[in-house]
Amino acid sequence: MKVKLKVWRQKDRNSPGEFKTYESPALNENMSFLEMLDVVNEELANKGEEPIAFDHDCREGICGTCSCVINGKPHGPHRGVATCQTYMRSFKDGDTIVVEPFRAKAFPIIKDLVVDRKALDRIQFAGGFISVRTGSAPDANSIPVPKENADLAMDAAQCIQCGACVAACKNASAMLFVAAKVSHLGLLPQGQPERYKRVKAMVAQMDAEGFGACTVTGSCEAVCPKEISLDFIARMNRDYAVALLKGDPKPISGGGAG
Amino acid sequence: MSIVTGILKSSLGKKYIMAGTGALLLLFVIGHLIGNLQVFGPPELINNYAHFLQSKPVLVWSARLGLLVILVAHVTTAVQLAAMNRAARPVTYAPTENVSYGAKWASRYMLLSGLVVLAFIIYHLAHFTALVPGINGAEDFRKLRTVMHGQSVPDVYGMMIIGFQVWWVSLFYLIAQGLLFMHLQHGVSSAFQSFGFRNHVWWPRIETLTKIVTIAIFIGYALIPTAIYMRVVGADYADKVRAELKQDGTVSPAESPAAGKETH
Ligand code: FES
Repeated sequence: MKVKLKVWRQKDRNSPGEFKTYESPALNENMSFLEMLDVVNEELANKGEEPIAFDHDCREGICGTCSCVINGKPHGPHRGVATCQTYMRSFKDGDTIVVEPFRAKAFPIIKDLVVDRKALDRIQFAGGFISVRTGSAPDANSIPVPKENADLAMDAAQCIQCGACVAACKNASAMLFVAAKVSHLGLLPQGQPERYKRVKAMVAQMDAEGFGACTVTGSCEAVCPKEISLDFIARMNRDYAVALLKGDPKPISGGGAG
Repeated sequence: MSIVTGILKSSLGKKYIMAGTGALLLLFVIGHLIGNLQVFGPPELINNYAHFLQSKPVLVWSARLGLLVILVAHVTTAVQLAAMNRAARPVTYAPTENVSYGAKWASRYMLLSGLVVLAFIIYHLAHFTALVPGINGAEDFRKLRTVMHGQSVPDVYGMMIIGFQVWWVSLFYLIAQGLLFMHLQHGVSSAFQSFGFRNHVWWPRIETLTKIVTIAIFIGYALIPTAIYMRVVGADYADKVRAELKQDGTVSPAESPAAGKETH
C-alpha cells in the first residue's frame, strides 16, 4: 500500500511552520505508524532532504513519548491505543493522512512533530510525590488498602503522561492528566499526608503553565491511550474544594514540643 | 492561598462559580416556569400572582438584584474562561471531520448558546417587564391594565396572550428555549462534575436527571407561546381586549408600532 502524507514541518520553536505533502514508498500494511514514518524518512534522507522529526521511545504503548495528531485525532483512529501501536492496516491504500504535532500554548513546538511537554513534568514536581521512609522495602500488604481504592488508583496510575488529553481538548486543558496524578496518589494511604497540599500545588502549576479549563466535553477521555476516566476530574474538583475549605493550617501555639 | 483567591483566580475555582451560579439560575428558571404556567388557568389566576408579587416590592427587588448579581457573575466568568481557553491553543489544527470525537455538540458551543440566551433575556425583560413599546409587534402593553383586589395592576394575562399571538415573537421565544435546552443539557450535568459529584455509579443517574429536568423545562416553556399562538388559550380574551382598546380610542393596533418608534 501507499499513502500520501500531509505533514506539519517546522524548523524550530520560532520559525513559522507549514504543511508539506509527501508520497510514501510502498508500505507493508502491518507496519506501525511510526515505522511508516521511518520508511518515509529514509527516502527523504536518501534524497538529501531533512527527515520528519517525531517523538518515540518504547514503541509498545507504555512510555508516552509518541504523540502526533493523525487526521485530527491525537494518537490516531483507535480508542485506547497510542500512535506507536497504530498500524497502517487502519488506513486505506491511497489515503491522505494529515499529521500534526500536539498543539497547545504550554507545548511549544521543538521541531516538526516534536513538542516540549516539560510543562507536565513541572506539574508533577509541584506535588506529584509522596513522603516515604527510605531504607529497606516495607513488608508487602503492611498497610491495608481497600480493594476498590487499589483498583481505582491503578486505573489512574495508568496515565503515561503523553499529553494527548491536552492535544484533544478544545481548551488545551491538562485536567485529565492532573486529575489522574492527583487521584492516583490521593486514593492510597501513602498519599494522604500531602493529599490537599498536593492538589492545590498541582492545580496552581497547571494554571501557571497556561493550560485551559475543563468544559467536560469528554474528548480527552476519548483519545486517552490508557482510557483514563473523566470521573477522576470530578475527584480532583472535589479534593480541590475540600482543600480550599480546609485553608492553609497554621500552628496555633508558638510551636515546639512544650 | 485563601479560599476567595482560590475560587476567583484558579481554573477550578472559576468552574465552581459557573456551576454554583448556574444552579441558582436553574432554580429561578424552574420557579419562573411554574409561575408562568398559570397562564393556562383563568386570567385571574396569573394576574392575582402578579398582584401578589407587586404587593411585595422589597421581596421582588431583592430577588431581582440577586439574580442580576448571579447572572453577571455567570457571564463574566464564562467570558474569562473562554478567553483563557482560547489563549491555551494559539495555533489551531487543520480542519478535519474528526474534530469532536467523543465531545457532544452542546458541550462545544456553551458560550454561543449562552450568549444567545443572554440576548433573549434582555429582550424578554424589555418585552414583559419594562414594557418597552414598539418591540412587541402588538399593542402598547402599558395600556393593558386590569383591576385586582380594588387596585389597578398590569394585565399580565392579556400581555402574554396578545404578545404571543405575534408569530415572530413566539418563534424567537421558541428558538431561545431550544438554545436554553441545549445549554442546560450540558450545563446541569457538568455542574455536578465541576463540584466533584460524579463516579461511575452516579454519572448515569446524573445524566438521566439532567435529561428529565431539561426536557420538562423545554416542554413547559415551549407550550406557552405555542398554545397561545395556535389560539388554544385565551383567544377570546385577546379579541375582547383588542376591541376594548379600540373603543376607548386610546390606542389602535395599526398605530401602536408607530407610537413605539417615536419614543425610541
Ligand atoms: S513510543 Fe512509547 S508509548 Fe508510544
